[in-house]
Amino acid sequence: MLIPFAKKSALVGLLVASAVAQPVIAADDYKLGLVTFLSGGAAGPFGVPAQNAANLVLETLNEGALPAPYNVKGINGRTIKPIYVDEAGGATKQSSEYRNLVERQGVDAVVGYISSGDCLAVPAVAEELKTLTVLFDCGTPRVFEDNSFKYVFRTGPTTTMDSVAASYYIKDIFPNLKAVSGINQNYSFGHESWADFYGSLKGLQSDIVVPTKQFPKIYAGQYGAEISALMVNSADVIHSSFWGGDMEAFLLQGAARGLFEDQTALLTTGESAMYRLSDQIPEGTILGGRGPFGIYAPDNALNRWFRDAYSKRYGTQPTYPAYKMVQGILGLKLATEQAAAKVSGQPTTEDVVSAFEYLEYEGPGGKVSMNMGKGHQASMEMVYGRYALKDGKPAVTDVRRYAAECVNPSDDMPANEWIEKGMPGAKCN
Amino acid sequence: MKYATTMIIGAGIALLAAGLFMPGWLTFLLTLAFAKGLVVMGLLLLMRAGLVSFGQGLYYCLGAYCVGIAGDYFETQNALLLILLAVVVCVALAAVIGLLLCRYRDIFFAMFSMAFSMILYGVLVKSSAFGSSDGFNVKPPLLFGWTPTGESGPFLAYGLAVVALVGVGIFVWRYLRSPMGYAGEAVRENEIRVEYLGASVRRIIYTKYLLAAAMAGLGGGITALAAGHIDPEMAYWTTSGEFVFIALMGGVGHAAGPVIGAVLFELLRTYAFQISPYTWQMILGISLLVIILYLPKGVWSLVERVTKGKPL
Repeated sequence: MLIPFAKKSALVGLLVASAVAQPVIAADDYKLGLVTFLSGGAAGPFGVPAQNAANLVLETLNEGALPAPYNVKGINGRTIKPIYVDEAGGATKQSSEYRNLVERQGVDAVVGYISSGDCLAVPAVAEELKTLTVLFDCGTPRVFEDNSFKYVFRTGPTTTMDSVAASYYIKDIFPNLKAVSGINQNYSFGHESWADFYGSLKGLQSDIVVPTKQFPKIYAGQYGAEISALMVNSADVIHSSFWGGDMEAFLLQGAARGLFEDQTALLTTGESAMYRLSDQIPEGTILGGRGPFGIYAPDNALNRWFRDAYSKRYGTQPTYPAYKMVQGILGLKLATEQAAAKVSGQPTTEDVVSAFEYLEYEGPGGKVSMNMGKGHQASMEMVYGRYALKDGKPAVTDVRRYAAECVNPSDDMPANEWIEKGMPGAKCN
Repeated sequence: MKYATTMIIGAGIALLAAGLFMPGWLTFLLTLAFAKGLVVMGLLLLMRAGLVSFGQGLYYCLGAYCVGIAGDYFETQNALLLILLAVVVCVALAAVIGLLLCRYRDIFFAMFSMAFSMILYGVLVKSSAFGSSDGFNVKPPLLFGWTPTGESGPFLAYGLAVVALVGVGIFVWRYLRSPMGYAGEAVRENEIRVEYLGASVRRIIYTKYLLAAAMAGLGGGITALAAGHIDPEMAYWTTSGEFVFIALMGGVGHAAGPVIGAVLFELLRTYAFQISPYTWQMILGISLLVIILYLPKGVWSLVERVTKGKPL
């Protein structure tokens, strides 16, 4: 009676001990909380590439092997220890997990968040706990429009410029543009993407016609009815902010029915799938990458190193979520090191905050200027191109670049108001 | 009966006192767990009458949005006023929907309740004024001029949650021992007999539905004040499913079951997140499986086994 009980207890004890055992962390290590989707529909296209990039860059940083000016070991000489958290579970859950990262795990800073809902919920907690937080991927412009934060920065540009640049691009490519249709997911990102795109296009061409706009459910997977509607109400361009499995399903089902034979698809997040879906994307499709990332990234030493190291390690080229993650980590590193140069010893969070505000730096995607949202929100140039196969390999042609000042509102104006007023103050070439 | 009331109040005071020394993450986690516990206590009333609602998210979300919207438009941040409003609105809606729902049983009741909560979800996702699926931020609460800041921020919502829990806990405990409370189990066993005994089955179920809605609205309102952000996900069927999960985990045999279930669920989930960020869902699933296999009446049955001297 007693012996089986003892055996069971020993087994349970062993299991608990192994579960609780954590890697040894030295006192001067830099604990970095990293939050991306590790499960659910956004994990494949966004969360996992971002996490892969973080793994690669953190390891290289800890060896001090990144190209200059990022060749200081770790962050200001401190070895970085990543702590990963799954972004699943919704905004309330993420607020709770953020507290756990800071108060239970004692992280020095947090880099993360792909979902815009999480990016709206977490900053209030970050302010309360006075912890430096870098939002790397989420796109809603509302984060810094509705509030001003001290400890929160976003190194990724907002979705406004995806939509605005998309409208410029199709005006450039199709001089006789008459009609655009839309198919976007029925949630905030889909609604905002379409509203901004249509709003800015209307400002450029007031007689633009919209034969149909469709808002199917997110993760619907079947688009038979929507494709019929798009085929019956033919347009020159079909705007879509679909991503992940939804984009894949739409491309497959649309191509099978000849949807893309005389209408061109404009996929604002298309770059994130261009390697995985290289056989399915019709040539000529317009692809966006939420900034100068992936195939649109400029040719610099950092980018060359990143593409090479990433594809060697993971067997595929890095897509935009991977770039944005690296950009977030490097921004944090640079701000910390610039703050450290001004003080003796390790800088305080306040020191890093003032160094981070209005910081300008070179990421793997080129110049990042933290010049919006009172110095907390990055702006970058935006790029669009058309998909083409070169020697059987995915590539882009007709690439056009739009300067940051052309596709982003000036600091004090909310994005939807800026678009509604016809984008005043935009400086385009 | 007085002994139990004193016990519950004593536990509440102990929780409040402990809140002063707890780390912030635990305060926040317990606030959310207690808010969910409130919702599940309402669900417990329905489940004891044999009705499983997959739609408590409707009132949970509605309560939260009442707090968020009223805070924005009526420019009041008085926590008590906001929560009172949330409960009143939820009961008003339940009074209408309940008329239809209390005619249905079993799977039909479950599906109908879920359908109503999904309607709210659909409406909210379409409303860009309320931030569509991203939701919006709720202003930090006040209590009669006391503005908690910094470290004491999470404490106000925690205090509210504990007080609400004590109040509702005493009510549910006494209610379950009242004729109306026992009527729930009678309805589950044999509706015709209940009618022959002279009680109205519809009225019994209707009352329970209203009570459950009030408790869910209360829980939702507290969640909104604590989290500072709300989104339509609160009305999605997976949220309602979580409440059923918690009810099964804690057990519906006693008013304390839902609270224990909710705290256990939140603790289990947060440590599962920390220990294995890739397979935390599996840990949750296995835990529920183990509880169903070995403690079919929920975690509360452990307490009963000990107090009633049954073998483990």
